[in-house]
Amino acid sequence: MKPAPFEYFAPASTDEALSLLAEHGYDAKVLAGGQSLIPMMNFRLVQPSILVDLNNIAELAYIREGDDGGLRIGAMTRHRQVETSPLAAERAPLIHVAMSKIAYPQVRTRGTFGGSVSHADPSAELPALSLALGGKFRLRSQRGERWVAAEDFFVSLFTTVLEPDELLVEASIPPMPPRSGWSLQEVARRPHDFALMGVAAVVTLNEKGVCDGARLVFISAGDRPIAAERAAESLKGQAPSSKVMEEAAEIASMQEIDPSSDIHATAEFRRHLANVLTRRALEQAFQRAAETKQEG
Amino acid sequence: MPTTFDLTITVNGTRYERSVEPRTLLSDFLRHNLGLTGTHVGCEHGVCGACSVLMDGQPVRSCLMFAVQAHGHEITTVEGLGTRDELHPIQQAFQEAHGLQCGFCTPGILTTVKAFLEQNPNPSEEEIREALSGNLCRCTGYQHIIEAVELAAEKMRG
Repeated sequence: MKPAPFEYFAPASTDEALSLLAEHGYDAKVLAGGQSLIPMMNFRLVQPSILVDLNNIAELAYIREGDDGGLRIGAMTRHRQVETSPLAAERAPLIHVAMSKIAYPQVRTRGTFGGSVSHADPSAELPALSLALGGKFRLRSQRGERWVAAEDFFVSLFTTVLEPDELLVEASIPPMPPRSGWSLQEVARRPHDFALMGVAAVVTLNEKGVCDGARLVFISAGDRPIAAERAAESLKGQAPSSKVMEEAAEIASMQEIDPSSDIHATAEFRRHLANVLTRRALEQAFQRAAETKQEG
Repeated sequence: MPTTFDLTITVNGTRYERSVEPRTLLSDFLRHNLGLTGTHVGCEHGVCGACSVLMDGQPVRSCLMFAVQAHGHEITTVEGLGTRDELHPIQQAFQEAHGLQCGFCTPGILTTVKAFLEQNPNPSEEEIREALSGNLCRCTGYQHIIEAVELAAEKMRG
Protein backbone atom coordinates (compact mmCIF):
# COMPACT_ATOMS: atom_id res chain seq x y z
CA MET A 1 0.00 0.00 0.00
CA LYS A 2 0.97 3.64 -0.37
CA PRO A 3 0.00 6.63 1.73
CA ALA A 4 -3.32 8.30 0.93
CA PRO A 5 -3.04 11.83 -0.54
CA PHE A 6 -2.49 14.71 1.85
CA GLU A 7 -1.74 18.39 1.78
CA TYR A 8 1.89 19.03 2.71
CA PHE A 9 3.47 21.92 4.60
CA ALA A 10 7.13 22.19 5.54
CA PRO A 11 7.46 25.30 7.72
CA ALA A 12 10.95 26.71 8.32
CA SER A 13 10.27 28.01 11.84
CA THR A 14 8.44 26.92 14.98
CA ASP A 15 6.17 30.00 14.80
CA GLU A 16 5.15 29.09 11.27
CA ALA A 17 4.43 25.50 12.36
CA LEU A 18 2.31 26.73 15.29
CA SER A 19 0.31 28.97 13.01
CA LEU A 20 -0.39 26.01 10.70
CA LEU A 21 -1.48 23.90 13.67
CA ALA A 22 -3.69 26.73 14.94
CA GLU A 23 -5.36 26.91 11.54
CA HIS A 24 -5.72 23.18 10.80
CA GLY A 25 -5.84 21.66 14.31
CA TYR A 26 -7.59 18.30 14.26
CA ASP A 27 -7.04 17.73 10.52
CA ALA A 28 -3.28 18.08 10.73
CA LYS A 29 -0.71 15.52 11.78
CA VAL A 30 2.81 16.55 12.73
CA LEU A 31 5.64 14.76 10.91
CA ALA A 32 8.88 14.55 12.90
CA GLY A 33 11.34 11.74 12.07
CA GLY A 34 8.54 9.73 10.49
CA GLN A 35 9.85 6.36 11.64
CA SER A 36 6.50 5.49 13.26
CA LEU A 37 4.08 7.76 11.40
CA ILE A 38 5.18 6.91 7.84
CA PRO A 39 4.84 3.11 8.33
CA MET A 40 1.31 3.78 9.66
CA MET A 41 0.58 5.98 6.64
CA ASN A 42 2.03 3.38 4.25
CA PHE A 43 -0.48 0.88 5.63
CA ARG A 44 -3.21 3.55 5.67
CA LEU A 45 -3.74 2.97 9.38
CA VAL A 46 -3.66 6.75 9.56
CA GLN A 47 -4.72 9.06 6.75
CA PRO A 48 -4.09 12.64 7.79
CA SER A 49 -5.48 15.18 5.34
CA ILE A 50 -2.73 17.65 6.24
CA LEU A 51 0.87 16.94 7.15
CA VAL A 52 3.02 19.54 8.91
CA ASP A 53 6.63 18.46 8.42
CA LEU A 54 9.05 19.80 11.06
CA ASN A 55 12.21 18.58 9.34
CA ASN A 56 13.14 22.02 7.99
CA ILE A 57 13.01 23.67 11.43
CA ALA A 58 16.69 23.83 12.34
CA GLU A 59 15.99 25.72 15.59
CA LEU A 60 14.38 22.61 17.09
CA ALA A 61 17.48 20.40 16.79
CA TYR A 62 19.95 20.89 19.65
CA ILE A 63 21.42 19.36 22.79
CA ARG A 64 22.32 21.90 25.48
CA GLU A 65 23.22 22.02 29.11
CA GLY A 66 20.23 23.06 31.25
CA ASP A 67 20.36 25.79 33.92
CA ASP A 68 19.92 23.00 36.48
CA GLY A 69 23.01 21.17 35.16
CA GLY A 70 20.85 18.67 33.31
CA LEU A 71 20.08 18.38 29.63
CA ARG A 72 17.86 20.33 27.24
CA ILE A 73 17.00 18.44 24.08
CA GLY A 74 15.22 20.09 21.15
CA ALA A 75 12.26 18.15 19.78
CA MET A 76 13.83 17.55 16.36
CA THR A 77 17.12 16.23 17.72
CA ARG A 78 17.85 12.91 16.00
CA HIS A 79 18.58 9.79 18.03
CA ARG A 80 21.91 9.63 16.24
CA GLN A 81 22.81 13.12 17.54
CA VAL A 82 22.10 12.07 21.12
CA GLU A 83 23.95 8.78 20.60
CA THR A 84 27.11 10.64 19.54
CA SER A 85 26.84 13.55 21.99
CA PRO A 86 29.50 13.68 24.76
CA LEU A 87 27.30 16.16 26.65
CA ALA A 88 24.38 13.71 26.64
CA ALA A 89 26.70 10.92 27.80
CA GLU A 90 27.86 13.07 30.70
CA ARG A 91 24.57 14.68 31.76
CA ALA A 92 22.06 11.95 31.05
CA PRO A 93 23.93 8.62 30.82
CA LEU A 94 20.70 6.62 31.09
CA ILE A 95 19.29 8.27 27.98
CA HIS A 96 22.62 8.09 26.17
CA VAL A 97 22.98 4.35 26.81
CA ALA A 98 19.40 3.72 25.68
CA MET A 99 20.05 5.21 22.23
CA SER A 100 21.87 2.11 21.00
CA LYS A 101 18.80 0.06 22.00
CA ILE A 102 16.41 2.17 19.92
CA ALA A 103 15.72 0.42 16.63
CA TYR A 104 18.45 0.32 13.97
CA PRO A 105 21.12 2.69 12.63
CA GLN A 106 18.95 3.72 9.66
CA VAL A 107 16.06 4.56 11.97
CA ARG A 108 18.25 6.48 14.42
CA THR A 109 19.45 8.73 11.57
CA ARG A 110 15.89 10.03 11.19
CA GLY A 111 14.02 9.34 14.42
CA THR A 112 13.71 12.27 16.83
CA PHE A 113 13.47 12.74 20.59
CA GLY A 114 10.30 14.82 20.44
CA GLY A 115 8.71 12.48 17.93
CA SER A 116 9.27 9.43 20.09
CA VAL A 117 7.94 11.16 23.20
CA SER A 118 4.87 12.59 21.42
CA HIS A 119 4.07 9.28 19.74
CA ALA A 120 3.84 7.78 23.28
CA ASP A 121 4.35 4.16 22.35
CA PRO A 122 4.38 2.23 25.66
CA SER A 123 7.05 -0.06 24.16
CA ALA A 124 9.43 2.81 23.40
CA GLU A 125 12.36 3.76 25.61
CA LEU A 126 12.28 7.57 25.64
CA PRO A 127 8.84 8.04 27.23
CA ALA A 128 9.81 5.64 30.05
CA LEU A 129 13.26 7.14 30.56
CA SER A 130 11.91 10.70 30.62
CA LEU A 131 9.56 9.57 33.37
CA ALA A 132 12.28 7.68 35.31
CA LEU A 133 14.51 10.75 35.30
CA GLY A 134 11.77 13.19 36.30
CA GLY A 135 11.89 14.99 32.97
CA LYS A 136 9.47 17.58 31.70
CA PHE A 137 8.35 18.80 28.29
CA ARG A 138 7.82 22.30 26.92
CA LEU A 139 4.64 22.51 24.86
CA ARG A 140 3.93 25.53 22.68
CA SER A 141 0.93 26.76 20.80
CA GLN A 142 -0.20 30.16 19.57
CA ARG A 143 -2.13 30.38 22.83
CA GLY A 144 1.09 30.25 24.83
CA GLU A 145 3.53 27.90 26.41
CA ARG A 146 3.35 25.34 29.23
CA TRP A 147 5.68 22.86 30.88
CA VAL A 148 4.25 19.42 31.59
CA ALA A 149 6.04 16.85 33.78
CA ALA A 150 6.56 13.45 32.15
CA GLU A 151 4.35 11.86 34.83
CA ASP A 152 1.41 14.03 33.70
CA PHE A 153 2.15 13.86 29.96
CA PHE A 154 1.34 10.27 29.00
CA VAL A 155 -2.38 9.51 29.06
CA SER A 156 -2.80 6.10 27.40
CA LEU A 157 -1.84 4.16 24.29
CA PHE A 158 -0.40 6.67 21.78
CA THR A 159 -2.19 9.42 23.67
CA THR A 160 -0.71 12.42 25.48
CA VAL A 161 -2.01 15.70 26.87
CA LEU A 162 -0.89 17.49 23.67
CA GLU A 163 -3.76 19.56 22.23
CA PRO A 164 -4.25 19.54 18.44
CA ASP A 165 -2.70 23.01 18.12
CA GLU A 166 0.22 22.25 20.43
CA LEU A 167 3.75 21.19 19.63
CA LEU A 168 6.24 19.56 21.98
CA VAL A 169 9.30 21.74 21.35
CA GLU A 170 11.78 20.69 24.03
CA ALA A 171 12.54 18.11 26.71
CA SER A 172 14.29 19.02 29.95
CA ILE A 173 16.04 16.18 31.77
CA PRO A 174 17.23 17.22 35.24
CA PRO A 175 20.51 15.90 36.64
CA MET A 176 20.29 12.95 39.02
CA PRO A 177 20.91 13.85 42.69
CA PRO A 178 24.36 13.04 44.15
CA ARG A 179 24.95 9.36 45.05
CA SER A 180 22.50 8.19 42.37
CA GLY A 181 22.76 5.14 40.16
CA TRP A 182 20.75 3.97 37.17
CA SER A 183 20.11 0.94 35.03
CA LEU A 184 18.14 -0.02 31.93
CA GLN A 185 17.28 -3.70 31.49
CA GLU A 186 15.37 -5.15 28.54
CA VAL A 187 14.50 -8.44 26.92
CA ALA A 188 13.80 -8.47 23.18
CA ARG A 189 13.60 -11.35 20.71
CA ARG A 190 16.24 -9.69 18.57
CA PRO A 191 18.48 -6.86 19.76
CA HIS A 192 16.90 -3.48 18.89
CA ASP A 193 13.39 -4.83 18.43
CA PHE A 194 10.72 -3.43 20.71
CA ALA A 195 11.32 -4.93 24.16
CA LEU A 196 8.98 -7.69 25.35
CA MET A 197 9.61 -6.15 28.76
CA GLY A 198 11.94 -3.47 30.02
CA VAL A 199 12.60 -1.49 33.16
CA ALA A 200 14.53 1.65 33.99
CA ALA A 201 15.71 2.15 37.57
CA VAL A 202 17.08 5.32 39.15
CA VAL A 203 18.06 5.09 42.83
CA THR A 204 19.64 7.53 45.28
CA LEU A 205 21.53 6.70 48.48
CA ASN A 206 21.95 8.99 51.46
CA GLU A 207 25.31 9.53 53.15
CA LYS A 208 24.83 6.41 55.28
CA GLY A 209 24.25 4.24 52.23
CA VAL A 210 20.50 3.93 52.82
CA CYS A 211 18.07 4.33 49.92
CA ASP A 212 16.77 7.87 49.85
CA GLY A 213 14.60 7.61 46.78
CA ALA A 214 13.91 5.32 43.84
CA ARG A 215 12.06 5.31 40.56
CA LEU A 216 11.14 2.21 38.59
CA VAL A 217 9.51 2.67 35.19
CA PHE A 218 8.43 -0.20 32.95
CA ILE A 219 8.41 -0.52 29.16
CA SER A 220 5.81 -2.74 27.36
CA ALA A 221 3.98 -3.15 30.65
CA GLY A 222 0.68 -1.33 30.08
CA ASP A 223 -0.97 1.37 27.97
CA ARG A 224 1.78 3.90 28.78
CA PRO A 225 5.12 3.91 30.61
CA ILE A 226 4.25 2.45 34.01
CA ALA A 227 5.90 3.88 37.15
CA ALA A 228 5.89 1.32 39.97
CA GLU A 229 5.42 3.71 42.86
CA ARG A 230 4.71 1.23 45.65
CA ALA A 231 7.75 -0.85 44.75
CA ALA A 232 9.87 2.31 44.76
CA GLU A 233 8.39 3.36 48.10
CA SER A 234 9.25 -0.04 49.61
CA LEU A 235 12.94 0.63 48.94
CA LYS A 236 13.01 3.96 50.75
CA GLY A 237 14.79 3.95 54.10
CA GLN A 238 16.24 0.51 53.40
CA ALA A 239 19.87 -0.47 53.00
CA PRO A 240 20.11 -2.18 49.61
CA SER A 241 20.04 -5.97 49.99
CA SER A 242 18.90 -8.90 47.86
CA LYS A 243 15.87 -9.21 50.11
CA VAL A 244 14.55 -5.65 49.65
CA MET A 245 15.26 -5.79 45.92
CA GLU A 246 13.36 -9.09 45.60
CA GLU A 247 10.43 -7.62 47.51
CA ALA A 248 10.33 -4.54 45.29
CA ALA A 249 10.50 -6.74 42.19
CA GLU A 250 7.61 -8.83 43.50
CA ILE A 251 5.42 -5.78 44.21
CA ALA A 252 6.16 -4.18 40.84
CA SER A 253 5.75 -7.30 38.71
CA MET A 254 2.66 -8.72 40.45
CA GLN A 255 0.75 -5.62 41.57
CA GLU A 256 1.72 -2.54 39.62
CA ILE A 257 2.32 -3.36 35.97
CA ASP A 258 -0.44 -4.36 33.58
CA PRO A 259 1.14 -6.28 30.69
CA SER A 260 -0.97 -7.88 27.97
CA SER A 261 -0.63 -11.08 26.00
CA ASP A 262 0.12 -11.02 22.29
CA ILE A 263 1.80 -13.25 19.69
CA HIS A 264 5.21 -12.38 21.14
CA ALA A 265 4.66 -13.20 24.81
CA THR A 266 1.96 -13.98 27.37
CA ALA A 267 1.18 -11.53 30.15
CA GLU A 268 2.39 -14.15 32.65
CA PHE A 269 5.78 -14.42 30.92
CA ARG A 270 6.04 -10.63 30.84
CA ARG A 271 5.45 -10.48 34.61
CA HIS A 272 8.16 -13.07 35.08
CA LEU A 273 10.54 -10.99 32.96
CA ALA A 274 9.61 -7.86 34.91
CA ASN A 275 10.48 -9.57 38.16
CA VAL A 276 13.90 -10.78 36.97
CA LEU A 277 14.74 -7.52 35.20
CA THR A 278 13.76 -5.38 38.20
CA ARG A 279 16.15 -7.31 40.43
CA ARG A 280 18.95 -6.92 37.88
CA ALA A 281 18.19 -3.24 37.38
CA LEU A 282 18.14 -2.47 41.10
CA GLU A 283 21.35 -4.39 41.69
CA GLN A 284 23.16 -2.46 38.98
CA ALA A 285 21.65 0.89 39.95
CA PHE A 286 22.56 0.50 43.64
CA GLN A 287 26.04 -0.66 42.66
CA ARG A 288 26.51 2.46 40.52
CA ALA A 289 25.15 4.69 43.30
CA ALA A 290 27.59 3.15 45.79
CA GLU A 291 30.47 3.76 43.38
CA THR A 292 29.65 7.45 42.97
CA LYS A 293 29.55 7.71 46.75
CA GLN A 294 33.14 6.46 46.94
CA GLU A 295 34.21 8.94 44.26
CA GLY A 296 32.55 11.82 46.12
CA MET B 1 -5.05 16.94 -10.20
CA PRO B 2 -3.22 16.53 -6.92
CA THR B 3 -0.79 19.26 -5.94
CA THR B 4 2.77 18.50 -6.88
CA PHE B 5 6.02 19.87 -5.56
CA ASP B 6 9.09 20.74 -7.59
CA LEU B 7 12.13 19.19 -6.09
CA THR B 8 15.82 19.25 -6.85
CA ILE B 9 17.76 16.29 -5.66
CA THR B 10 21.27 14.97 -6.24
CA VAL B 11 21.44 11.21 -6.63
CA ASN B 12 24.82 9.53 -7.07
CA GLY B 13 26.33 12.87 -8.11
CA THR B 14 23.69 13.67 -10.76
CA ARG B 15 21.24 16.54 -10.22
CA TYR B 16 17.60 15.82 -10.97
CA GLU B 17 14.63 18.17 -11.11
CA ARG B 18 11.23 16.54 -10.87
CA SER B 19 7.66 17.28 -9.81
CA VAL B 20 6.16 14.85 -7.33
CA GLU B 21 3.11 14.41 -5.18
CA PRO B 22 4.04 14.87 -1.52
CA ARG B 23 2.92 11.32 -0.73
CA THR B 24 5.53 9.80 -3.07
CA LEU B 25 7.97 7.80 -0.97
CA LEU B 26 11.66 8.35 -1.62
CA SER B 27 12.00 4.64 -2.45
CA ASP B 28 9.30 4.86 -5.14
CA PHE B 29 10.72 8.14 -6.44
CA LEU B 30 14.13 6.55 -6.96
CA ARG B 31 12.66 3.50 -8.70
CA HIS B 32 9.75 4.94 -10.68
CA ASN B 33 10.67 8.55 -11.37
CA LEU B 34 14.42 8.12 -11.82
CA GLY B 35 14.47 4.49 -12.98
CA LEU B 36 17.07 3.58 -10.38
CA THR B 37 15.72 0.13 -9.58
CA GLY B 38 18.78 -0.98 -7.64
CA THR B 39 17.06 0.21 -4.46
CA HIS B 40 14.72 -2.61 -3.49
CA VAL B 41 11.41 -2.31 -1.68
CA GLY B 42 10.58 -5.09 0.76
CA CYS B 43 8.28 -4.42 3.66
CA GLU B 44 7.48 -0.69 3.35
CA HIS B 45 7.33 -0.32 7.10
CA GLY B 46 10.94 0.01 8.11
CA VAL B 47 11.68 -3.54 9.18
CA CYS B 48 13.58 -5.23 6.34
CA GLY B 49 16.17 -2.61 5.39
CA ALA B 50 16.21 -3.53 1.68
CA CYS B 51 15.44 0.09 0.71
CA SER B 52 18.33 1.59 2.74
CA VAL B 53 20.12 4.45 0.95
CA LEU B 54 22.45 7.18 2.15
CA MET B 55 21.20 10.73 2.65
CA ASP B 56 24.11 13.16 3.05
CA GLY B 57 26.25 10.11 3.85
CA GLN B 58 23.99 8.72 6.60
CA PRO B 59 21.96 5.52 6.23
CA VAL B 60 18.18 5.98 6.02
CA ARG B 61 15.18 3.87 5.09
CA SER B 62 13.98 5.32 1.79
CA CYS B 63 10.50 3.82 2.37
CA LEU B 64 10.17 5.90 5.56
CA MET B 65 10.77 9.26 3.88
CA PHE B 66 8.81 11.26 1.38
CA ALA B 67 10.73 12.28 -1.73
CA VAL B 68 9.94 15.96 -1.03
CA GLN B 69 11.92 15.63 2.20
CA ALA B 70 15.06 14.87 0.20
CA HIS B 71 14.78 18.22 -1.63
CA GLY B 72 18.23 19.83 -1.65
CA HIS B 73 19.92 16.72 -0.23
CA GLU B 74 22.39 14.22 -1.64
CA ILE B 75 21.32 10.62 -1.98
CA THR B 76 23.57 7.65 -2.65
CA THR B 77 22.01 4.42 -3.89
CA VAL B 78 23.68 1.13 -4.74
CA GLU B 79 24.10 2.42 -8.33
CA GLY B 80 26.43 5.04 -6.87
CA LEU B 81 28.89 2.52 -5.47
CA GLY B 82 30.58 0.81 -8.41
CA THR B 83 29.95 -0.17 -12.01
CA ARG B 84 29.60 -3.60 -13.59
CA ASP B 85 33.17 -3.36 -14.87
CA GLU B 86 34.60 -1.71 -11.80
CA LEU B 87 33.00 -2.89 -8.61
CA HIS B 88 33.32 -0.94 -5.38
CA PRO B 89 35.67 -2.73 -2.92
CA ILE B 90 32.62 -3.58 -0.78
CA GLN B 91 30.91 -5.16 -3.79
CA GLN B 92 34.11 -7.06 -4.66
CA ALA B 93 34.30 -8.35 -1.11
CA PHE B 94 30.66 -9.50 -1.20
CA GLN B 95 31.36 -11.34 -4.45
CA GLU B 96 34.53 -13.00 -3.16
CA ALA B 97 33.18 -13.93 0.28
CA HIS B 98 29.75 -15.06 -1.05
CA GLY B 99 28.00 -12.35 0.96
CA LEU B 100 24.78 -12.77 -1.04
CA GLN B 101 22.55 -15.42 -2.51
CA CYS B 102 19.29 -14.12 -4.02
CA GLY B 103 20.54 -10.54 -3.77
CA PHE B 104 17.27 -8.90 -2.77
CA CYS B 105 18.59 -7.47 0.50
CA THR B 106 22.05 -6.70 -0.91
CA PRO B 107 21.59 -3.08 -2.12
CA GLY B 108 20.41 -2.00 1.34
CA ILE B 109 23.26 -3.86 2.98
CA LEU B 110 25.91 -2.41 0.64
CA THR B 111 24.85 1.20 1.22
CA THR B 112 24.59 0.65 4.99
CA VAL B 113 28.05 -0.93 5.04
CA LYS B 114 29.51 1.96 3.03
CA ALA B 115 28.46 4.51 5.66
CA PHE B 116 29.50 2.16 8.47
CA LEU B 117 33.03 1.52 7.19
CA GLU B 118 33.58 5.22 6.60
CA GLN B 119 32.85 5.80 10.29
CA ASN B 120 34.53 2.64 11.55
CA PRO B 121 37.28 1.37 9.19
CA ASN B 122 38.38 -1.47 11.50
CA PRO B 123 35.25 -2.92 13.10
CA SER B 124 34.89 -5.97 15.32
CA GLU B 125 32.46 -8.75 14.42
CA GLU B 126 30.09 -7.50 17.10
CA GLU B 127 30.15 -3.97 15.68
CA ILE B 128 29.43 -5.33 12.20
CA ARG B 129 26.44 -7.30 13.49
CA GLU B 130 25.22 -4.17 15.28
CA ALA B 131 25.60 -2.03 12.14
CA LEU B 132 23.60 -4.55 10.09
CA SER B 133 20.94 -5.16 12.74
CA GLY B 134 18.41 -3.28 10.61
CA ASN B 135 18.93 -5.36 7.47
CA LEU B 136 17.17 -8.69 7.07
CA CYS B 137 18.60 -11.46 4.87
CA ARG B 138 16.57 -14.64 4.49
CA CYS B 139 19.19 -16.60 2.50
CA THR B 140 22.65 -16.44 3.98
CA GLY B 141 22.28 -16.81 7.74
CA TYR B 142 24.46 -13.65 7.84
CA GLN B 143 27.77 -15.48 8.42
CA HIS B 144 29.08 -14.80 4.91
CA ILE B 145 27.83 -11.23 5.05
CA ILE B 146 29.88 -10.62 8.20
CA GLU B 147 32.91 -12.17 6.50
CA ALA B 148 32.33 -10.02 3.41
CA VAL B 149 32.25 -6.86 5.53
CA GLU B 150 35.47 -7.90 7.27
CA LEU B 151 37.08 -8.49 3.87
CA ALA B 152 35.74 -5.15 2.58
CA ALA B 153 37.19 -3.34 5.58
CA GLU B 154 40.54 -4.97 4.88
CA LYS B 155 40.45 -3.97 1.20
CA MET B 156 39.48 -0.39 2.01
CA ARG B 157 42.21 0.03 4.59
CA GLY B 158 44.56 -0.94 1.72
